Amino acid sequence: MGEFEVHRVRFFGLVPAGVRCLACQPRGARLALARTDGAVEVYNFAANYFQEKIIPGNEARSVEALCWAAGDRLFGAGLGGEIAEYDLSRLCVAHSVDGGGGPIWSMAANSSGTQLAIGCEDGSVKLFQVVPGGIQFERNMDRRTGRILCLSWHPSDTHIAAGSIDALRVFNVSSGQTVQRIMVNYHVHKVKRECIVWSIAFLSSGTVVTSDSFGRVQFWDWERGTLQESHTVSTSAVLSLSVSEKEDSIIVGTSTGATYQFQLLPVKTGSLEKRWVRTKPFQYHTHDVRAVAHSSTALISGGLDAQLVIRPLMEKMQKKGYDAALRKFTFPHRRLVSCARKARLLLFQFSQHLELWRLGSTDETGKDGEVLPLCRMPEHLVQLKSKGPEHIYCSCVSPCGSWVAYSTASRFHLYRVQYKGDSVSVKKVPKVPKLLLPAYQLQFSADSGRLFIASARGSVHVLQLLEPGGCKHLHMFRPPSGCPDAVYLLAVSADGHWLAAVGGDWAIHIYNLKCFKHHCTVPTYNCAVTALAIHPITNNLVIAYSDQQLFEFSIPEKQYTAWSRMVQNSGLHKAWLERDSPITHITFNPKNPSHILLHDIYMFCVLDKSLPLPDNSALLMNQSTLKQLPETARQRQLHAFKICKKFQPLLFADLLDDNCLVMVERPIMDFKTQLPLPIQQKKFGT
Amino acid sequence: YLLCASGDFVKMYSVATEETLRVMGGHADLVTGIQLNPHNHMQLYSSSLDGTIKLWDFMDGIPIKTFTVGSKLLALYALGSSEDSVFVVIPKSGERDTFQLVSVKLTKAAGQDLEAKEVSVVLDRVDASPKYIAFGREGEYVASVKEVNLQVYFFKQKQLNRFSLSAVKTKSGNNQFTCIACHPTEDCIATGHADGKIRVWRNFYHKKEYTYSTLHWHHDTVMDLAFSMEGTSLLSGGVESVLVLWHNQSDCQKDFLPRLGSPIEYISMASDGTLCCTLHTDNRITIINSNLRFAKSIQGLIKSADVKTGLVVDPRTKALVLNGEPGHLQFYCLQSDQQLFSLDIVQRQYIHQAGLNQADLVKVAFSAQGKWLATVEEREEVTDPELQLKLWFYDEETQSFKLNTRINTPHEDQITDMCFRDMDELEDDSLILVTTGRDCVFKVWVMVEDTDPEAQQSVSWSCDFVGSYHNYQATNCCFSEDGSLLAVSFEETVTVWDSVTWDLKCTFCHPPGKIRNICFGRLTCSKYLIGASDDGFLCCWNLLSCALEWSAHLNVLVLQPDPLSEHIAAVSWLSKESSLFVFKPNEPRPIYIQRNLCREKIQLAAFVPRDEPETIGSEKYLWLRRSQLFFLTDTQELMTLSTKSLQERLTPASKQLAVEESLPVTPFSLLLGKHRRQQSQEDIDLGKLFVRNKREQDSPAVKELLHTPAHVLPSASFLCPIFINSLLISKENKSAEEVADEVEMESEKTEDDSDEERDVTEMEQEDTSPLELLGETTCKLSKSQEKELRKIRKMDYSWISAF
Repeated sequence: MGEFEVHRVRFFGLVPAGVRCLACQPRGARLALARTDGAVEVYNFAANYFQEKIIPGNEARSVEALCWAAGDRLFGAGLGGEIAEYDLSRLCVAHSVDGGGGPIWSMAANSSGTQLAIGCEDGSVKLFQVVPGGIQFERNMDRRTGRILCLSWHPSDTHIAAGSIDALRVFNVSSGQTVQRIMVNYHVHKVKRECIVWSIAFLSSGTVVTSDSFGRVQFWDWERGTLQESHTVSTSAVLSLSVSEKEDSIIVGTSTGATYQFQLLPVKTGSLEKRWVRTKPFQYHTHDVRAVAHSSTALISGGLDAQLVIRPLMEKMQKKGYDAALRKFTFPHRRLVSCARKARLLLFQFSQHLELWRLGSTDETGKDGEVLPLCRMPEHLVQLKSKGPEHIYCSCVSPCGSWVAYSTASRFHLYRVQYKGDSVSVKKVPKVPKLLLPAYQLQFSADSGRLFIASARGSVHVLQLLEPGGCKHLHMFRPPSGCPDAVYLLAVSADGHWLAAVGGDWAIHIYNLKCFKHHCTVPTYNCAVTALAIHPITNNLVIAYSDQQLFEFSIPEKQYTAWSRMVQNSGLHKAWLERDSPITHITFNPKNPSHILLHDIYMFCVLDKSLPLPDNSALLMNQSTLKQLPETARQRQLHAFKICKKFQPLLFADLLDDNCLVMVERPIMDFKTQLPLPIQQKKFGT
Repeated sequence: YLLCASGDFVKMYSVATEETLRVMGGHADLVTGIQLNPHNHMQLYSSSLDGTIKLWDFMDGIPIKTFTVGSKLLALYALGSSEDSVFVVIPKSGERDTFQLVSVKLTKAAGQDLEAKEVSVVLDRVDASPKYIAFGREGEYVASVKEVNLQVYFFKQKQLNRFSLSAVKTKSGNNQFTCIACHPTEDCIATGHADGKIRVWRNFYHKKEYTYSTLHWHHDTVMDLAFSMEGTSLLSGGVESVLVLWHNQSDCQKDFLPRLGSPIEYISMASDGTLCCTLHTDNRITIINSNLRFAKSIQGLIKSADVKTGLVVDPRTKALVLNGEPGHLQFYCLQSDQQLFSLDIVQRQYIHQAGLNQADLVKVAFSAQGKWLATVEEREEVTDPELQLKLWFYDEETQSFKLNTRINTPHEDQITDMCFRDMDELEDDSLILVTTGRDCVFKVWVMVEDTDPEAQQSVSWSCDFVGSYHNYQATNCCFSEDGSLLAVSFEETVTVWDSVTWDLKCTFCHPPGKIRNICFGRLTCSKYLIGASDDGFLCCWNLLSCALEWSAHLNVLVLQPDPLSEHIAAVSWLSKESSLFVFKPNEPRPIYIQRNLCREKIQLAAFVPRDEPETIGSEKYLWLRRSQLFFLTDTQELMTLSTKSLQERLTPASKQLAVEESLPVTPFSLLLGKHRRQQSQEDIDLGKLFVRNKREQDSPAVKELLHTPAHVLPSASFLCPIFINSLLISKENKSAEEVADEVEMESEKTEDDSDEERDVTEMEQEDTSPLELLGETTCKLSKSQEKELRKIRKMDYSWISAF
């Protein structure tokens, strides 16, 4: 008989949206990513590429291009024809301006970040001035027909290169005139087919790099209008292109899912003649690579298969370590599943609806590793559809299962769910108090009596839930020092005494719920918090950071625990620190207080505080070897980290009761089948 | 011209005519590398395992200088930038299997034989194969690969960079380097790998910021790589027998030249870039145009994976017949050392992939007149082998064999032996084919009239009789000379059957050994049956008395009767050497013994009838009068036993070694042959003549003469006196014994090179032919006289160059 009875849940039909565009912040601190459903995400390089911010999408607002301007202001433009500026502290669209040229296909900011150029469906290129609090239309460039699919500024900001269908054009920014027009398709194909310039880059040397639908990457001399070099990298289209800041390396992404690196290399030792050479091919994606970015140390690519791949450049790495690891992100670093422990319900959050499922059950027991037959199948109880084009920010189900709450950008909904035999009735709770919307995180208290709502400016609202279906606003917490960013993680203690909240500045504030006041602040650590939880017995706050560090903070004593200090002194195992996905959820086993259960996408770990920490020479993932050892040897080899990699990719894991775990998996193959078919490629040997 | 190292020789082929123009010999061991002299394109360096580097004038085939280095030379490189030194790979002294690349200073002193002791180590721990080292752009750097490491040494900076790939064998294959090539003008190295990838390295003067791109088309090991002269394209070849041309080192732009027949071993580019040639594992050189079109091929005896068919002589053409390309039967003409044709037996596409069992030819038999050919093909499967017996009829009109009958699964198990009833005088329909199988039976197949009116042929074959003996496996079968008796061996027992009634006549056995070979005696000895058993006995039974006549303790591997005489040749394998015994069945004493025939195991032997009986002076070789004996060793070298010597004409002036053999049989050549033979001056009892397996060898001059159209030859009146003269001299030298020349085989390492100087050659060709003929006179002339003579001749026949 195994230690836990595991519900292996595979009915969460989440299909992450494909990556549409990527934008690296100048000086490389953050990466903005837009998905095909309009969601915008911000990854923080400093925090180990943690998915720091998510701005949920909106059906009415697609994003075709993203760019950073004026330091850290993020702009997005899409087929809706509007240029939107995102408020990264409130995680919503701050304001938007109509481009006035129909759908916008491309947008680029100049090197100083003071001007934005957009390329529109009607073939116009428009300049906007970035002013405090918004943008202002400046001028139109010389207009020709043919949609402008891509734009690039010359680093000196004097010229703009724009790629269109069959042609690329170069504009003089000050006069607005077309100074060069180069036909792209002329050179290769006798049969004239439409050649789409998918991506363009203007180098400071005056070379214009284009990638087109014939699979070519071409280097043009814009002044003479001549082709310098042409590399055919693929039989299908090259969709995206990005140049490194030093302009010695280019990454391109193709519609076959392959990405290639080009490097500017000297032809001979010591000679000045340099040439672009296609060097490394990478095949991480199965579908179109719609967006690529070149940071100073890594090649970043995002595809329609929803994957974001960060491939570090080994030669730029000083040493092997956490930064040198290849990482792939498919699923958000947020919790999309919530679990009603007592009622054994799971709430799944999709972009526009929620699904409530009842877990199956079994009355049999079996040996370790055995699959038990179900006596009751899992049941899909309710589907809640959100109205309007807005996507859901967050959702939660109460532990008793009778309350469900979710929030979109402009609305907050609370539902009362009643179970009468097999039938389920859902009733919307009326007169929900007006809150500062949107809510970024929702959390019910353990007795289902209260609902905590994370809100903007670091505030947390407390709602009292009333039977039979009512609510009352109790209190609003605010950090004493104030905080511009929204709270994105909440943790509440089992006894209802304490509430921990993490805001965008990564400061953890602990509030006392009995007397509704600020209790203390956990010493700040310069990394993003990825998960936190309060121990039900000891009221210790366990915090996981994006650099894979673990801390334990005693709330009553307002200091780190002895175990936490011991961990910091001896350091965690190297293999643990080099893992590439953050811990997304922490829970505890009330039966065994020294156990901490945590998981990321690829593993589930039982951390036993009573056992010694492994040193770097020991094997971290030693469960399978332990099984083969005799009892005495096993005792010696035991260490604190008991890791299970059976469930992958793991979206959620929680402990229902003493020995019953629920694991929510989303096998990659399952959702790949729901994606459109990739380009058929003949594979050798099949 | 195409130059190629072959065994101890360097051969020169004409690219235009595919003929061997010259064979340059002089090395005492395997030639391991050849390089054109970068400062004189008429000169060639060659290195050999015997520790010498020779400089040749290959247009004349004259060695100019010999440099003695001392240790074994495994590869040779010459650079344009280093005036007076060449690079060789030598074994590191004191350590086994480690090699180093050294540069050897070639002294400019006068004289022919020079010592070259001034060596300096360039690179350590290199691999022995010449494919693993390449010199880059203008000799700036040298790159060497070994296993998963690449090292690049820059001469100017004296900097050594090492790069290594992960040694882990991933599921896509292993990363090991297999070959290397350097870009002629840029800093760019291409390496081939065992998993079929080609990596193109750049920026390798930075230890860290080096970069490479990968080209992947080959599914198996990349055997060789070559850059075009401008460096714009890269050629690669491998086991797929497809030559791949990569343009601009781009993965997307590539051209193929498929169906080259067999795996590509080496690729070489002509210095002017118009031609490239590939060397294949089956002993063939293919010359390819610059636009990737097949141009010509130089084909010797095909080396097949396994000669299962044995050596069979085609009675019609007297060609040697054996396995050629997979599933093909090659007809190899011994006289001209050429492949006559290749017959596709299996008629299935051959797929180059390891571990794939494919149907292959295992047995071949000809009827006496060569009218019928029986073949057995088999696909080895563990459970049940797929067998097919095919009978082919020789079509006079198309001059080739046509499939007559195909019998699926003629036996339940493998067919062990097959023979036709060998009767010349009998009618066609009395032909009988006997097959023996591991399924413990032998079957008799006869021709029957085809009753099916729709059938295109009048006859087909069907089974007539199935015989077995005590459920033993049938291993061999053999018909007596008159065809009345059939002997079939069943493990330990030889059974003799009447071929008319199929009654068992009598049995012989010599326990405990199992019978390995049987054969009937011929002509006067036709009452004897000879059998060799695997416990080392050779037995001779008298068929009239049904008793053992004699037996001898001899571990016989091959037993081969001469079809034209009573003689039987037996090859034994004793203490790591093969010995030949020739005997007549009627006397237990061998008439001829040749011990230590060769070091390798002899697998097969065949008597090839001579076109006309040889006049043999020596009593000892009387048995070779009617036919010639050929052997095939297990390393697939074909050799023959010859009474004649190999002509080793040492022209004093040049010490040029000419090896000549297998002339096309014309009276003219006979004349020439005799003339040569009697010129030989060394005394040796037996000449062993090896027909090259790897590369054919031919006497360049004589062949040239014979192949030269008559209208470009000097006038007959000029030639005749020479021949007559030589014949007269020959009589004087009649007593001169033969010369033996042992020619070692095996030449894996070959480097090809080609050069193009058409007009000069033609001149040369015409020029040398008379010279060769004048051997007798020239050898007595001093060097200066010879030069003079040549000058005169050049003058005389300058009109020839018009052709």
